[in-house]
Amino acid sequence: MELVFALVIGALTASGVYLILRARTFPVVVGLTLLSYGVNLFLFASGRLATGQQPIIGTAGSYSDPLPQALVLTAIVIGFAMTAFVVVLSLRNLADNEDDHVDGKQPYKTPAPEEESEVNGK
Amino acid sequence: MSLPLVVLLPFLGAIAAPLFAQGGRTAIAVASSVPALIALAALFPHWETLANGGVVLHSYEWLPALGLSLSFRLDGLSLLFALLILIIGLLIILYARYYLKAYENIGKFYALLLCFKGSMLGIVLSSNLLLMMIFWELTSLTSFLLIGFWSHKQDARRGARMALAVTGGGGLALLAGILIIGNIVGSFELDDVLAAGDQIKAHAMYPVALTLVLLGAFTKSAQFPFHFWLPHAMQAPTPVSAYLHSATMVKAGIFLMARLYPALAGTEQWFYMVSFTGMATLLIGAYVAMFKHDLKGLLAHSTVSHLGLITLLFGMGTQLAAVAAVFHVINHATFKASLFMAAGIIDHETGTRDMRRINGLWRFMPHTATLAMVAASSMAGVPLLNGFLSKEMFFAESLELNLPGLLAWLPPTVATLAGIFAVAYSARFIHDVFFNGKPVNLPIYPPHEPPRYMKFPVEILVFACIMVGLFPAVSVGPLLFMAASATLGGEVPDYTLTIFHGFNLPLLMSFVAFLGGLLMYSQRRRFFDFHARFREIDEKAVFESTVSRIVDFANSVTSRVENGSLQRYALLLLVSVIAVAAMPLLDLGVFVGENGLSAVDAPTAIAAAVLILCAFATAGLHRQRFYALVLLSVVGLVVALAFARFSAPDLAMTQLSVEVVTIVLLMLAIYYMRPWTPIETSLRRRVRDTAIAAVAGIGMTLVTLAMLTQPFSSISEFFLENSKPGGGGTNVVNVILVDFRGFDTLGEIAVLAIAALGIHAMLKDTALTPPPGDGAGHAWARDAHPLMLSLIARPMLPLALMVSAFIFLRGHNLPGGGFIAGLITSVALILQYVASGMEWTEDRIRLRYHNVIGLGLLFATIAGVGSFAFGYPFLTSTFDYITWPVVGKFEVASALIFDLGVYLAVIGATLLSLVTVGRLSPHSAIKSIKEDA
Repeated sequence: MELVFALVIGALTASGVYLILRARTFPVVVGLTLLSYGVNLFLFASGRLATGQQPIIGTAGSYSDPLPQALVLTAIVIGFAMTAFVVVLSLRNLADNEDDHVDGKQPYKTPAPEEESEVNGK
Repeated sequence: MSLPLVVLLPFLGAIAAPLFAQGGRTAIAVASSVPALIALAALFPHWETLANGGVVLHSYEWLPALGLSLSFRLDGLSLLFALLILIIGLLIILYARYYLKAYENIGKFYALLLCFKGSMLGIVLSSNLLLMMIFWELTSLTSFLLIGFWSHKQDARRGARMALAVTGGGGLALLAGILIIGNIVGSFELDDVLAAGDQIKAHAMYPVALTLVLLGAFTKSAQFPFHFWLPHAMQAPTPVSAYLHSATMVKAGIFLMARLYPALAGTEQWFYMVSFTGMATLLIGAYVAMFKHDLKGLLAHSTVSHLGLITLLFGMGTQLAAVAAVFHVINHATFKASLFMAAGIIDHETGTRDMRRINGLWRFMPHTATLAMVAASSMAGVPLLNGFLSKEMFFAESLELNLPGLLAWLPPTVATLAGIFAVAYSARFIHDVFFNGKPVNLPIYPPHEPPRYMKFPVEILVFACIMVGLFPAVSVGPLLFMAASATLGGEVPDYTLTIFHGFNLPLLMSFVAFLGGLLMYSQRRRFFDFHARFREIDEKAVFESTVSRIVDFANSVTSRVENGSLQRYALLLLVSVIAVAAMPLLDLGVFVGENGLSAVDAPTAIAAAVLILCAFATAGLHRQRFYALVLLSVVGLVVALAFARFSAPDLAMTQLSVEVVTIVLLMLAIYYMRPWTPIETSLRRRVRDTAIAAVAGIGMTLVTLAMLTQPFSSISEFFLENSKPGGGGTNVVNVILVDFRGFDTLGEIAVLAIAALGIHAMLKDTALTPPPGDGAGHAWARDAHPLMLSLIARPMLPLALMVSAFIFLRGHNLPGGGFIAGLITSVALILQYVASGMEWTEDRIRLRYHNVIGLGLLFATIAGVGSFAFGYPFLTSTFDYITWPVVGKFEVASALIFDLGVYLAVIGATLLSLVTVGRLSPHSAIKSIKEDA
């Protein structure tokens, strides 16, 4: 069981790391999501793998470790917030640079006159 | 209490002083004097204790884990320095009242001066070395501001920056030295450090610690080769120069040597480093002083020279030399402060400090001239003045050094030579300024005596010079004895403070110095011609070019490492993480711990295989973004199953609902982006990345395996035991979230809220045009909102809301709670947006999600603050059972309000993020503008 679980985390990490090293924002976002799955599972596993139990008082004689679960629960939600933020960052990059490269590079472009006046107006 | 008060008062005064600036210079000067007067009154009662060899300690804990405490200590040495700082400080305040012009920012000046005074008092009164370090740095900062007070002058700014760079750099060295000493001794308390002198000196790290501490002292006290900052700091207003360079700032380094004398001195390293540095400084300062045409420049170099003298005395290592050093600290402070003030008066009344133009002032200001001449004579070491006494002691000590062979001649020769220079530059100060013909082309002519009370501080100090010179044993004897005894750790050698010690070698040296100096001054033309043959090194230019070269170097390094490519940074980050993590992992050797492996059942193995396959496939097929997304969602679902399989129902539900929201969000993102990724990277690069990914994956596998097979004990017992009796809930995960670690959760929903608001802010004025089709040649479906979906979705909403209410309410006792219920509600609402479109949904759900977030945070905070009303700490929860009709006995916990806050914050944050992204396309942007109108 432990070996299988470890392999799962390894696979998630490897795929996540590979995607994080890509040049476009979308694969990087997907990679971060995969990596956060791996991290969450790892954190969860620090309470060891318990089967057939619950962290609910009164259900059984022994309980699974509630502390890593509580930590991972918020980590999942925060992880979503982070993914959403990175996605939106890349959308903003797309809107500003008309490109989804992680370095945000684009050939230099002179702004059109009306755009310029709008910028100055603000 | 009185000692911390003494240190604190000037800082309080610094806050109050600017308020008096409106009242004019006299008002603010009076107000600024108050802290020093109170401090003197507070120190006075301790005199008796100290005279009997006692020590006053006031100690309060601050950060005991770091060895940092708010402890203050008063002994003879710190009393001497505190008195110098306070009394000369008072005189400076009075002097500055006349020196500064009415239109200058006097509030700022006095505030800075008081801050500086407080920092200096902190250094001399601290009993904890780390605390002393804090004040040490504060003096560097405040002196930077004081030297650069006339910030409109470029020279003042540069001088200030140079002083900060040199003394601040020395401060870093000193910090390192103090940390080493603290590590050797095991305490930063001064009493412990002073008692552990032998232990420190025997330690292998002693030379390093000594060098670092001395670097700090030498930079602060302007010792060669760091002396160059002091003359450039003369750009400061003269009251600042008089204060910083006579009694305080530069004496901090001297104080440090005296303070740590029992702990560090008495070794060969100390002797050679300190005495030779002192000798070089003494000679160089005295030599250069003679050739300065600037009045303050002369005094600045003379200060450097006298600091070298004191350093040399400490370096000699004999007890009598230390006594002489402490004595000279007092004498130098009195005559140098009065000389700086006299120079300031001359500058004030003539408009220049150039000695080639200021001549014959005796006729214009005889009163000031008399005072300055007495002080300058003291500086030269003329008998019957205080400078003579300590200089005699210095000459005597220079003869007592047991150096091998010809080297024994060195200290007395250097001492006599420096004495000759000192007489020569003092003679120049007197003769050139007050006699020597008529003034040349003065900006202010004719000069006259300054206001009455501007001279008053000078009179006091000159009076002190004479009193100490005539009646040393009565005037300064007790204080000197206390200070010397504190410096030497209690053992004071026999010494007599008399004017005349008989006809001996030191007296002969004084005589030679006196005649030689006068002769040298009378032959000054030759010396000036000789000196002019050497090209003078402009320390400022050297310093500035060194600084700019360092900056250039830093820039070139930065631009090489930081090339603007996120891909590069990600690579460097990951590789270094792997490298750092690999080292301990390789040491581990065995990866399967004592517990061994347990058997696998078929469903688990299959699920794991699916997950691994899908994860790899996501990476492999990432160019087809849509497929990658579908595969990613499979991975997420299996992760949720894994949580359920391994006894974490809360996590399974959370993961499931987050997965839905994430995938919807990524789908939306793909809509605006290209649905495929181009091939840009070379095959080599992809192979490299694959290798890095493989190493990371294998590493994580091994770490996980090692962790899972280790026996472990958890702190969770506490939570399991107290969940029901303490938190009133049986779902321990939820009780941890809303009760035990509620503060954490509050922080987390705040992060969630910030992320959502950040998303909103980032996209507020952005419009993105989605591509016309999916990129593979297919146009988007015309039927944006299929009938079947919207028909099914609508009745789902009330059902889903009911489920989420159920999940929410039972959360305290069974799997569920605010996070999960919030996510379920969000999914139900998002379904409406997906099924029926933005317009339709927004017409019906008129929720401002910002407000929902705000309300959520408000509820959670109120739940926390509410416990204050009952006298409990933040976020203390309570619970009770009430019996409801139909439902029966029901538990009501105050944590439920907190959980409601979590619920609302999650809904608000999730929907604000998704709706903001959904509204990106120009079509819906127009729609929302219309709505606003």
